[in-house]
Amino acid sequence: MRDVAVVAFSQSLSKRREADRNEVEILIPVIHELRTNAGITNEDLDFVCSGSSDYLAGQSFAFVSGLDAVGAWPPVCESHVEMDGAWALYEAWVKIQMGYADLALVYGFGKPSMGDLPLTMALQLDPYSVMPLWPDAVSIAALQARLLLDGGLLSERDMAEVAVRDRAHAKENPFAQVKGDFGVDQILADPYLVSPLRKHDCSPISDGASAVLLAAGDRAKQLCKRPAWIRGIEHICEPQDLGVRDLTRSRSVEIAAEKAGLGAGKVDVAELSAPFTHQEILVERALGLGTETRVNPSGGALAGNPIMAVGLSRIGEAARRVWDGSADRAVAHATSGPCLQQNLVCVLEG
Amino acid sequence: MAELCGVIGIGQTQYAAKRQELSMPGLLREAAERALEDADCTWADIDAVVIGKAPDMFEGVMMPELFLNDAIGGAYKPMLRVHTAGSVGGSTAIVAASLVQSGIHDRVLTVAYEKQSESNATWALTISMPFSVATVAGAGGYFAPLVRGYIRRSGAPEDTGIRVAVKDRQNALKNPLAHLQLEDISFDMVADSPMLWDPIRYLETCPSSDGACAMVMAKESIATDSTRPAAWIHATEMRSEPTMFSGRDQVMPRATLDNAASLYKKAGIQNPRSEIDCAEIYVPFSWFEPMWMEGMLFAPINEGWKMTYEGSTALDGDLPVNMSGGVLSSNPIGASGMIRFAEAALQVRGMAGEHQIDGARKALGHAYGGGSQYFSTWIVDNRKP
Repeated sequence: MRDVAVVAFSQSLSKRREADRNEVEILIPVIHELRTNAGITNEDLDFVCSGSSDYLAGQSFAFVSGLDAVGAWPPVCESHVEMDGAWALYEAWVKIQMGYADLALVYGFGKPSMGDLPLTMALQLDPYSVMPLWPDAVSIAALQARLLLDGGLLSERDMAEVAVRDRAHAKENPFAQVKGDFGVDQILADPYLVSPLRKHDCSPISDGASAVLLAAGDRAKQLCKRPAWIRGIEHICEPQDLGVRDLTRSRSVEIAAEKAGLGAGKVDVAELSAPFTHQEILVERALGLGTETRVNPSGGALAGNPIMAVGLSRIGEAARRVWDGSADRAVAHATSGPCLQQNLVCVLEG
Repeated sequence: MAELCGVIGIGQTQYAAKRQELSMPGLLREAAERALEDADCTWADIDAVVIGKAPDMFEGVMMPELFLNDAIGGAYKPMLRVHTAGSVGGSTAIVAASLVQSGIHDRVLTVAYEKQSESNATWALTISMPFSVATVAGAGGYFAPLVRGYIRRSGAPEDTGIRVAVKDRQNALKNPLAHLQLEDISFDMVADSPMLWDPIRYLETCPSSDGACAMVMAKESIATDSTRPAAWIHATEMRSEPTMFSGRDQVMPRATLDNAASLYKKAGIQNPRSEIDCAEIYVPFSWFEPMWMEGMLFAPINEGWKMTYEGSTALDGDLPVNMSGGVLSSNPIGASGMIRFAEAALQVRGMAGEHQIDGARKALGHAYGGGSQYFSTWIVDNRKP
């Protein structure tokens, strides 16, 4: 395998509502900053790949306008996945592995404030048997949390502790949306949003975008003093139907982590994009993280969840910890689908 | 550096306006099972799944690959979903090939589909957004001015498009999977059909189809020993450019010309017209055959129509184009690009049935999308590169 590293990262603020900017306008400064900081131009790029969802924009081909933010002229080698940008990064990594590219731009963006996100997500479910019931995303996640609570596998206090931790970490993250000092007892006194989930158990709804630069070998060393080398990147998809998989653990995270070689060494930092507190606990367990790992120094998805960019941002945030030397080894996680259906695990090393 | 990759299995569904006897999972599975059978392998042999389709609103399911994954054997495997507008079927095949060419996987299944009967594509393409004009034109209304531009520039005879439509519809009669089977197709029948978007007539237009296309791709050692001959991938290429900006040539976009030049260079092709035996080109409206003959560098600029006119693109011509009947005869949008790639592969494998070109060794698969701004192509050959 070729040595490939994350060498640059930029992101927009995670905001509940970008009232005055469309997706392209959110994306333009993010990509501009990435290129400027890395000191590169479009001509240096061998490949461009993006992740987004038409349904968030409420428009077919919504990703097409992303090319305006890239300024794709002269024409670029480019591809798009209808997935979180983390999977766009995977595709770019594959292209570099096959020798097709040495330097790739990856971006993800979403503006869920244009619709009702939890209801929109119901459209991901089986259109013949499940979707007609319009189960919203929070209610689906609540079913999973209830299974975990009833099985004695975690408590509402465990979940609140996750929220308190992530929000406290997010104080150091200027891009985060939900941050501050909260007490576990204080937030446990809040009413249920959808039992057994309280507001603090759910990630915020965020408009936003992020972008990452991937480079191979010597190119990475030219662009970054201490590149964050990708030592393993794997993703696994489970069947969607909630009745055919074990919702009390994440088999797909377990398999991806094992294939990515996560267990081969100490993990200093983990950046997880689980959109609900109980799911963050499940991902932590599936990754086998211990007390030596600092989880979500950025606050994770619970502090800012620009859907379709949030997973890519986790890879960027983990890479940042490698660049500044605060981590020698980090893991980033991205997810998609109801109840952690599809997961990606990326292991980065200095 | 790239590993060699061969197409060892191809499966297509019957294309039709409405496959109402099948759900979406059933549709994908029909194509996937046929591809596995052709490749002589089982679900367990597949390492990863790559799904492609055009906009999610065409069926009304957000990221439908999530609920479709296990129907095509993707449970607990890596799964990717590609979406690059009309070129998506081609781009999806290229992503699947790169998973093998990078050495990451041994055998990959890729499926592209559209089930247009579950929604309305023209509606999905014309949703009114804030601060933009809703044209309610669909794809035909978008492309008609580009065709007009081509006719004006090239001086092509006005009946060029009719000739393409007649040829592709005759070819479809040799392809039992094709959606439109017009036994009595004739020049007059096309010429007399209603003008939908001047200069595009009803019978110069693609249909709305349900359908799926699947391929199994494998690394060199597997493809070399496969039961049936492999189509070896000699080169793949993609180019994209923004939809509109001042000075953009929308009739003959730079992205197609750059894409073609780079593809041929990678494939070691100096003279595409003489070295390529046949081509499956994305022609959703008849006039795009002559336009892409130029866009793929088979003809000088403004002279692509001569190839149509002189019969070069007919089954017995020197460069047969759309032997299967093309997009004009079957158009499950998200799959249409992959069908072009797969039909090119079938030709070099000698497995195209009644529409087989004798002795085809090297073939081009082509797809485009968006506002003539996304291009994906491959060259397949029955010899290793």
